[in-house]
Amino acid sequence: MSGLNLRAISHAFGSNQVLNNVSVSVEPGELVCLLGPSGCGKTTLLRLAAGLETIQAGTVEIDGVVVGDADSGANLPPEKRHVGLMFQDYALFPHLTIRENIGFGLAQKDRTQAHNNISARMESMGISDYADVYPHTLSGGQQQRVALLRALAPGPKVLLLDEPFSGLDVTRRAQVRTETLRTIKDTGVGTLMVTHDPEEAMFMADRILVMNEGRVLQDGSPTDLYFHPHDQFVTELFGPVNEFTGAVENNLIKTPIGDFPVTGHEDGTELAFLIRPEGFLIDDQNGSIKLKVVTARPLGRSSVVMMELKDGTPIEARVPGVVLPKAGQTVGVSIRPEQIHYFPK
Amino acid sequence: MVSIAAKAPKSLNVRLKNRLDSWTFFAFFVTALIGAPIITVIVMAFTDTSDIWQHLYNTVLGTYVQQTLLLMIGVGVGVTVIGTSTAWLVTMCRFPGSRIFEWALLLPLAVPGYVLAFVITDQLEYAGTIQVFLRDLFGWTSARDYWFPEVRSLPSAAIVLTLVLYPYVYLLARAAFLEQSVCALEVARTLGKSSWGSFFSVALPLARPAIVVGVMLALMEVLNDFGTVDYFAVQTFTAGIFDVWLNMNSTAGAAQLSTVLLAFVLVLIVLERTARQGKKFHHTSTKYSELPSYCLRGKRAFWAFVLCALPVLLGFILPASVLAHYAINFYEETLAADYFRFVANSLTLSTTAAVVAVLIGLFLAYAVRLSPTPAIKVAARAASVGYAIPGAILAVGVLWPLGALDSMISLLGDYAGIAIGAVMAGTIIPILYGYLVRFLALAYGASESSLGKVTPNMDGAARTLGATPFTALKSVHYPLMRGSLLTAGILVFVDCMKELPLTIILRPFNFDTLATFVYQYASDELIEESALGALTIVGAGIIPVILLSVTITRSRPGSTS
Repeated sequence: MSGLNLRAISHAFGSNQVLNNVSVSVEPGELVCLLGPSGCGKTTLLRLAAGLETIQAGTVEIDGVVVGDADSGANLPPEKRHVGLMFQDYALFPHLTIRENIGFGLAQKDRTQAHNNISARMESMGISDYADVYPHTLSGGQQQRVALLRALAPGPKVLLLDEPFSGLDVTRRAQVRTETLRTIKDTGVGTLMVTHDPEEAMFMADRILVMNEGRVLQDGSPTDLYFHPHDQFVTELFGPVNEFTGAVENNLIKTPIGDFPVTGHEDGTELAFLIRPEGFLIDDQNGSIKLKVVTARPLGRSSVVMMELKDGTPIEARVPGVVLPKAGQTVGVSIRPEQIHYFPK
Repeated sequence: MVSIAAKAPKSLNVRLKNRLDSWTFFAFFVTALIGAPIITVIVMAFTDTSDIWQHLYNTVLGTYVQQTLLLMIGVGVGVTVIGTSTAWLVTMCRFPGSRIFEWALLLPLAVPGYVLAFVITDQLEYAGTIQVFLRDLFGWTSARDYWFPEVRSLPSAAIVLTLVLYPYVYLLARAAFLEQSVCALEVARTLGKSSWGSFFSVALPLARPAIVVGVMLALMEVLNDFGTVDYFAVQTFTAGIFDVWLNMNSTAGAAQLSTVLLAFVLVLIVLERTARQGKKFHHTSTKYSELPSYCLRGKRAFWAFVLCALPVLLGFILPASVLAHYAINFYEETLAADYFRFVANSLTLSTTAAVVAVLIGLFLAYAVRLSPTPAIKVAARAASVGYAIPGAILAVGVLWPLGALDSMISLLGDYAGIAIGAVMAGTIIPILYGYLVRFLALAYGASESSLGKVTPNMDGAARTLGATPFTALKSVHYPLMRGSLLTAGILVFVDCMKELPLTIILRPFNFDTLATFVYQYASDELIEESALGALTIVGAGIIPVILLSVTITRSRPGSTS
């Protein structure tokens, strides 16, 4: 099987188990994101794929060849694996010019041949003027592009990206993201990317693997994860939610905000009942739930409306556009059923 | 399991393991090489069946212990007081010349102890400048007319060694004072401490681990010293080892004295390592601004000036000017004694040793980085312990394994019917080996800290781009480390130029370096005729002083340079 295949990987640093039976596969042309909080083992997985860590349990297969296998002790060194790895800090060689950096991975005989290729890519990414300068003179965004081109230059069988945008300021990220995605998709290389930013993962990925504490919690498309999260952790990845608890009674859960039908849980099961802030519609005519407005703040594209129930339970809603009901006013609210998720406690 | 294993070709497996092992193997080989002389000495000491132990104990051991301890105490107190007080003065106070003293106080580091000993004796003895002047002044006609302290004595040795070794303490204490956050000191002042009070309650305790490291390094040099104690006839262990070995012709006895000396060394190493660990005080403040400088005026400025000027004057200006004066008048005699051959020998030895030490240090540090297993770390650390081992011990330990190797080779030659003779003895290999054991720590330490500045991601980037460990070292690490490696090489070079005890014993017959030439001439009261040689050694010694003073002014955290 081509692409990248990580099977049943477990890894520990001393007594600290960072990966626990993790399997990931990336098809050629596919972009897969590992999404999870820092310290959940994502980067270790990349390093194992690249051969920078010695495999302890499981198998790494690249383009149909086993390059690392804990049982047989096979561990192909990184230089033989033909992976492109782009680091969070870019790790550009400070003593080499931009062109030398990008050409580092090319064999001497290929260099002239690949020279035009590199020049064209640099041109398309708008860094051709910097071919002969040293990395420290470039901005963060330019360094990021150089790092990406350097990783892609030798034509790797698989591309690994470790937090590729975390070094950029927020205003730059959107642009660099678009550009990076286009460049990667142009090459058609299978890509495994690590990030802790759900929005970034949603934007970049064909498929997202949510990880926490060394395990994969869910593997699915961006919309899958958003609309069909497997558990509370995955639900909350995309932002804080309004959480209620209650027990199931006749396929119904009683919460302070109302009674809702639930399926698939026996009577008496304690559930965490979660409503995303964007699940609320403020609609005085049809909204059957009456809430008192505490504050309302415009964010531009959307507004945050803080409300409370009669018993004082706070509710956070995020509504599109500028919607600013007055504090103290009571509004009618309805809830979109697809933004409701519940899981056993 | 079987099916997975079948996917990985066996040949691949074997090849990979071999590659990984060659670096690890190298690290352990170096450790064995460095450890061999020390182990040899210990084995020799404990396998001898005759009762030399008893004999040594009854005769000389007590004297050696007493004299060595007295010398260590004298030098220890001396370097602590001079090193710390001058470091504090030039770091915290402004007085006439304070900026110059910042680097000038390092100058005595360029003067080997034995050279200063020769010069001071030359000036203070009966026919020397001082006594001649006193006799003229008071009209004395002979030594019976007045009392003058004995020059060739233990106190003189302590003073001489203090003067050339205090820069170790000065260097580390000054670095520690510079590193201290100014906030800690300012807080102490606002809490009601005087400037002297804040020195004793804040600055000194914070710098104490660094000062201890400096004192321990100085004391290791005291144990290593042969030239000074020999000239002043102080019966320390190193002098004793030479005496028992060369005059009493008892190798086993020398080895046994060496093991006792090793115990002294071990104590120093433990104290030094402990202090280094304690050095990691963490400053909670990240604010570093220009250090406050107390402007000293009047009497205070005068005394500060005197306190800083004296060590420089006695430890550098006096010997350098006396030697320069003699060199100008007697250079023809020095040249006639084959000065240029000595220079060539010194340069060849020191350059070769520096290059080899830096290469091995670099490879060792890189091997640790490639597979930082506990075993390899311990091995590397063990390999860098040689700096503490006195040259006399190494001389004993180097000569015998190489001698054994020689007889083995010639025995093999006999079997093959070829007369090979001694391969090692009579060449410079024993000296180079000794230098390497003693100075590898310098090169390894520099490589390690310089390698630490190349981020692990650089390795990762190079490797994933197709570079083997060796290619990565050559094309990424080496260019980034070149400056530091050059500095390390120069430090090793200069230390080899100055080195005396190892060189005297391990050099081939009729092979003289600048150091052995100066030592032999000066011992024969021919200091004028060897002055140019001594001056050359001092001149070489100034190079690292310049490098160190540049480094130390740049090392201040928060400074822009």
